[in-house]
Amino acid sequence: MLRLDNLTKKYPTGDLALKSVSLDIPKGQVLALIGPSGAGKSTLIRCINRLVEPTSGHVWLHDTDLTRLGSGALRRARRKMGMIFQEYALVERLTVMENVLSGRLGYVGFWASLFRKFPQKDIDEAFRLLERVGLDHMADKRADELSGGQRQRVGIARALIQDPELLLVDEPTASLDPKTSRQIMRLICELCEERGLAAIINIHDVALAQMFVQRVIGLRFGEIVYDGAPDGLSADMLTQIYGEEDWEATIRKVEEEDGEEEEENENGEEAGHAVKTAGEA
Amino acid sequence: MTLTAPSLQRQWKKPPFIANPWLRWGLILGGSLYLVLAIASIDVNWARVYEGLERGWKFILAFSQPDFFSRSRDIVEGMEESIIMTVTSTVAGVIISIPIGLGAARNIAPLPVYLICRAIIAISRALHEIIIAILMVAIFGFGPLAGFITLSFATIGFLSKLLAEDIESMDRVQAEAIRATGASWLQWINYGVQPQVMPRLIGLSIYRLDINFRESAILGLVGAGGIGATLNTAFDRYEFDTAAAILILIIGIVMALEYGSGFIRARVQ
Repeated sequence: MLRLDNLTKKYPTGDLALKSVSLDIPKGQVLALIGPSGAGKSTLIRCINRLVEPTSGHVWLHDTDLTRLGSGALRRARRKMGMIFQEYALVERLTVMENVLSGRLGYVGFWASLFRKFPQKDIDEAFRLLERVGLDHMADKRADELSGGQRQRVGIARALIQDPELLLVDEPTASLDPKTSRQIMRLICELCEERGLAAIINIHDVALAQMFVQRVIGLRFGEIVYDGAPDGLSADMLTQIYGEEDWEATIRKVEEEDGEEEEENENGEEAGHAVKTAGEA
Repeated sequence: MTLTAPSLQRQWKKPPFIANPWLRWGLILGGSLYLVLAIASIDVNWARVYEGLERGWKFILAFSQPDFFSRSRDIVEGMEESIIMTVTSTVAGVIISIPIGLGAARNIAPLPVYLICRAIIAISRALHEIIIAILMVAIFGFGPLAGFITLSFATIGFLSKLLAEDIESMDRVQAEAIRATGASWLQWINYGVQPQVMPRLIGLSIYRLDINFRESAILGLVGAGGIGATLNTAFDRYEFDTAAAILILIIGIVMALEYGSGFIRARVQ
């Protein structure tokens, strides 16, 4: 459904963030993109919806080459790609409802959106989504009144109301506590399954990724160094992706916790670590 | 928590602002010497200061009996003119400033638009209100129209610049998220940018209203209408009591605007 073809991004500073990345993602597949800070994970997902312009290569969504679209066609294509951000990226002075409805901006005209006159079916869908993420009573609260986990739920609702076929998820849990991180990851993966969405999830927390996704891509210095099942990540493999470190603790934890919901504390250390690394990104 | 012995003995001092001691002490001594010489060179004629004190005191005495009534018609007319000039020029200026401010923000405007808008701002800010007012009086003749145009023009330079700076320092990710939904440019401004800069825009507009009112009192001096003209006439006729009344009114209105703007800015945050 989504195909990256020799995607390359060179920043004006001369940094080669992506080196000829090729990738094929079938419909409904949720994959995690792991790798150290600066490996090009954020650049990769931003090149797909062209928040960052790729230098060369192609991005195919079905039969459309996204890299060749003019601005109008690009806007229509962006509607099919929902994005979820690390720091939630809600517009803080707008209400929860306005933030969710902003996901429909690609579908409604300017005057309707200016006066917040969205079609009734959009409003129904917004309330349905808010109910699904457990925030329907918060509709008229301002986004900056919410906690981190609540904000990310609004971010998820905003991405889903676009009626996307693909979710681009950039470090969804990096600013959240370990328990909320799991809940958010579970919510994203459940929603992808309910709606048959494909998703690319950038994530620092390897153990968390292994718990939820079907496929892991390891990125290092802008190149794919691992592409396979989550349990294929050995200590050697992690060393190749991240560099030398003692990986035994990370791997053991995954095996013990796979599908379990206990040992929140131990995992807490891990997620806390991930937050730190994400801050440097 | 216990400290080990060696770390107890270590001294710490804030590193000096200028690292080179010769340069540092040279600047301190040189600066002090200059200050002493400069103060010594001031030549004060104390006799004139004494005379001036006496005149100043008379002035203050005149001000203690402000006369609001003998010229009340002139005062009311002048005030009306000033207030109309202030409000209309602020509204017109703000409306024109918004598109120019958007164009002058480097993070949302393409380079040619940016350069044009920055040039407009630079011209508006380079010319002082008085100079523009003299030009406008020359073009449009005496009266509040010249004042209105002057203040609108000055408002554009002030507001566009500060608005553009606020847009440039906004949170990029919030705007990016709106762009990622497939929003059009106008929708993007309305949802991604406007909520972030609105409180500042409102605050600046009220502040500019305040400035424009004060400026309108000066513009009368060069013939651009308003309460300044009335004030000027009062001084020309040596009617210090009427002048005092006008000054007190101006101070009162500026104070009211000050409190009002504080209240409104607290509400829109």
